[in-house]
Amino acid sequence: MATPTPRVRVPAKAKKGEVIEIKTLISHDMEMGTRKDADGKTIPRKIIKLFACTFNGKEVFKSDWQPGISANPYMAFFAKVNESGTFEFAWHDDDGSVYKASSKIEVA
Amino acid sequence: MEQGARSAGRRDASRRRVLAVGALGGIVAALAPRLAAAKPEDVAAAIKKLYGDKAIAAGKVKLEMPQIAENGNVVPMTVTVDSPMTDDDYVKAVHVFAEGNPIPAVATFYFTPACAKAVCSTRIRMAATQNVVAVAETSKGELFTGKTEVKVTIGGCGG
Repeated sequence: MATPTPRVRVPAKAKKGEVIEIKTLISHDMEMGTRKDADGKTIPRKIIKLFACTFNGKEVFKSDWQPGISANPYMAFFAKVNESGTFEFAWHDDDGSVYKASSKIEVA
Repeated sequence: MEQGARSAGRRDASRRRVLAVGALGGIVAALAPRLAAAKPEDVAAAIKKLYGDKAIAAGKVKLEMPQIAENGNVVPMTVTVDSPMTDDDYVKAVHVFAEGNPIPAVATFYFTPACAKAVCSTRIRMAATQNVVAVAETSKGELFTGKTEVKVTIGGCGG
């Protein structure tokens, strides 16, 4: 499978104290480990098990995922911004890889 | 299941690596027999494992999902918890369980006061028509629960 591509949507600008919605998406099969291939062999589990979002290094939101999360996981949540800074996103794969994305926001 | 995982590991080195790195496969295996759907009691047991015998009040937690999901592979879900989300009273965690999935635990969402609202959306897999249950824990230690039924036309858990 190709390297998962994360996509995030964070508004470029916001007012101080505004609550913004953050939407994220990553291309990933989220192979649940129960499916079988054509030869009847079980396809090994390979999912993203942890998603985390920080703002200027401080944790905002995180989530543990099980195989019950759909392929190409979508995650949307809210955050209150009081200062300009960077949102950083990390998706932790079963195989130890971490996929990252970041997005800057200007707060007036 | 444990044995199945081991023999699969012999066949497939990458499988072994995945198991060794995460050691999660074993935990998940212990939680649910492969492809056998969970029962509502399994969800109750999982919640009990998390919170013991603490009282869980119904309400405050809302699960927005379609009444009928045509494709069980991708069922949109929005979890909303009624909370002021201040520094001393906020929702710490929301656990979501699907009563009829092979692995009932679906996800856990961890909020912080920086979220301002305890609302989040994602998409989940559902094997069959079933209830989805959410349990929210606040920073004060209170527990709330909510559930909703989704009718699934085509299940989305492979096989």
